[in-house]
Amino acid sequence: MESQTTYNYKVVRQFAIMTVVWGIVGMLVGVIVAAQLAFPDFALWDGISFLSYGRLRPLHTNAVIFAFGGSALFATSYYVVQRTSQARLFGGPLAAFTFWGWMAIIVLAAVTLPLGITSGKEYAELEWPIDLLIAVVWVSYAIVFFGTVATRKVKHIYVANWFFGAFILTIAVLHIVNSAFIPVSLTKGYSFYPGAIDAMVQWWYGHNAVGFFLTTAFLGMMYYFVPKQAGRPVYSYRLSVVHFWALISTYMWAGPHHLHYTALPDWAQSVGMVFSLILLAPSWGGMINGIMTLSGAWHKLRTDPVLKFLIVSLSFYGMSTFEGPMMSIKTVNALSHYTDWTVGHVHSGALGWVAMVSIGSLYYLIPRLFGRVQMFSMALVELHFWIATIGVVLYIAAMWIAGVMQGLMWRAVNADGTLTYSFIESVERTYPFYYVRLLGGAMFLTGMLLMAYNVWKTVGAGRTADADDAIPAPAAH
Amino acid sequence: MSSFWSGWIIVLTVANILGCFWLIWWTMRSRAGEAAQGDVTGHTWDGDLQEYNNPLPRWWLWLFYITLFFAAAYLALYPGLGKFGGFLGWTSHGSQYQAEMDKAAEKYDPIFKQYAAVAVTDLAAKPEYQEAREMGKRLFLTYCMQCHGSDAGGSRGFPNLTDGDWLWGGSPEQIQMSIANGRTGMMPKHGPGEGGLNIGDEKIDQVAAYVMSLAGRNVDAAKAEAGKEVFMTVGCLACHGMDGTGNQMLGGPNLTDGTWLYGGSEGIIKQTITNGRAGVMPAHKDLLGDEKVHLLTAYVISLSNQ
Repeated sequence: MESQTTYNYKVVRQFAIMTVVWGIVGMLVGVIVAAQLAFPDFALWDGISFLSYGRLRPLHTNAVIFAFGGSALFATSYYVVQRTSQARLFGGPLAAFTFWGWMAIIVLAAVTLPLGITSGKEYAELEWPIDLLIAVVWVSYAIVFFGTVATRKVKHIYVANWFFGAFILTIAVLHIVNSAFIPVSLTKGYSFYPGAIDAMVQWWYGHNAVGFFLTTAFLGMMYYFVPKQAGRPVYSYRLSVVHFWALISTYMWAGPHHLHYTALPDWAQSVGMVFSLILLAPSWGGMINGIMTLSGAWHKLRTDPVLKFLIVSLSFYGMSTFEGPMMSIKTVNALSHYTDWTVGHVHSGALGWVAMVSIGSLYYLIPRLFGRVQMFSMALVELHFWIATIGVVLYIAAMWIAGVMQGLMWRAVNADGTLTYSFIESVERTYPFYYVRLLGGAMFLTGMLLMAYNVWKTVGAGRTADADDAIPAPAAH
Repeated sequence: MSSFWSGWIIVLTVANILGCFWLIWWTMRSRAGEAAQGDVTGHTWDGDLQEYNNPLPRWWLWLFYITLFFAAAYLALYPGLGKFGGFLGWTSHGSQYQAEMDKAAEKYDPIFKQYAAVAVTDLAAKPEYQEAREMGKRLFLTYCMQCHGSDAGGSRGFPNLTDGDWLWGGSPEQIQMSIANGRTGMMPKHGPGEGGLNIGDEKIDQVAAYVMSLAGRNVDAAKAEAGKEVFMTVGCLACHGMDGTGNQMLGGPNLTDGTWLYGGSEGIIKQTITNGRAGVMPAHKDLLGDEKVHLLTAYVISLSNQ
């Protein structure tokens, strides 16, 4: 048994460092696929199967969501649950198993997806043997997390842990249900569900991957690192209660808005749409609670680049959780669906919210994990903030304009009812926006490289502060 | 949907919406002994993490209420609550689709009808029917270009419509028939395997040489002579004719004109003979209706008149 007087920081350090590594890998693949759309004839990838767009795109999404985002969540949830429970991670070596297991899954994904081994389900492309491994690692994660909560030395469970807990439980259910495959060989399985039911299960999973992996879990991260970095109490306990329960119950219904005007029955589409609209207020509850936590400390925003990352991420979160409900309305969706507007929406959430809140949290976390006073260079953090913010804005503005343009071109008809534009004409008109998107994405990747350098120098500088991994004695009351 | 599942959906949906109202009410209640509004709740985590006991922001609460009432109203008017179809009687495939199709028919059908009585040859050639040809072109760019190309020049396996060479005949009636009813071209497989006639590599080699000689290509004369024997005996002549000039009744291509649907290299010709080919032109009569097929026929004729 390891010492019970200190927190387990080893696994947090491992996940924190790998967050930066996988962030660079995932975003690099993103920049490559963006370049493929902008320059499809470029010789480097022309005619090479494992560098083709169809294989690299799922590698990009899996790498940024599950490798980068996943590592960030493991690191921060393990850190937060220990410190707010005043207990070392439960389950001894199980935490280390989740690290090595998760890394093995990522490596398997990075090998199988370029080889074209895929289930074809978006954000769940990995084939059934890897899905089994994910299930085992995820259940271990749940044991470690909930075991730590159960052995806490404080009476109340901190709000961040509600969100992390809901995320861990729900992802387990979603993954297991959506990955019900009938295997035919080691590298091929077929979905257990037929036709439209399969589509519905897939998007029930798909949207809740957004709702629980990319929203609920990162709100958990927000609820620890924003009040910590601001040095202020959370704005409203009541708001956190309402928006937590409303968020997790209504998110469950939102999937059908991915299938408007398809073979899905009308009733399912309607239910998906109204619950997506109801989601607006519960989503904004998190934004309000985060941003208003800063009231009384607004001046810190001028000087603290870490806080800038956190607060700007909440602004992007508020923007994309307004945009999402609007896009779920059938008449809006009829214009936006299948266009690059959706890609812009996803990235305002993924880059603006998920990546920025993770980066801000890591800049808080890394000096503390490695016994440093602060990051090697706060000027580089500031530069990273600006380069990332401008990159996101370029990216999403380009995709908004491109998406609305595509939607309008596709529905334009001549006086005799024939289509005004062929599909290829809309592709041709999109090129300028693909170039701007590539530039925005490349800027965001550049920011990650600055971060890697800064982390390297911080970790390599040697201890300058005392380790803060001692578990304090339980409070008297 | 069975009544059980309908009830299941209704109960869960309504419970979740009502649950949101209850949640708001339950959270807003003040409790005995709790911290004053605007004060911290009294719990502390990790040294300094605290929470204010602030009320729910008023504007946010109204936003929440509005979406909840909207949801209730929408589910009353539109399908959503299980088998209950909503008071408006709206369906996507029935009322909305039909309404849009009817509206389009009302608006566009007269435009197409005005040319229905004019002969396609006139529409294809006469200057006063320029607009009809433009409409035919727009139809072509919507429904035909995916295979035949935006310039109707075709691509591998898909015929060029501008070269005056016709697989199924170039008369106005034959072109109209191809568009309206579609065509299925079938070159049998002469190699081994399921359904294959398996005439052997040597004969395939020989008959390929003969086919190339028909098109005036330079080949080994002895091999071509042997190939002619094969051509006459394994059944090629049934579709391609005694002299290889094809048969438009059957869609059998002319092998003597140097036009190749799938490619004319020796390797490709052998591949065509060995594996066979299957080409499909879909039928458009039900999809587009007679008037649009009429205009498309005229446009296709105009392409090879140029």
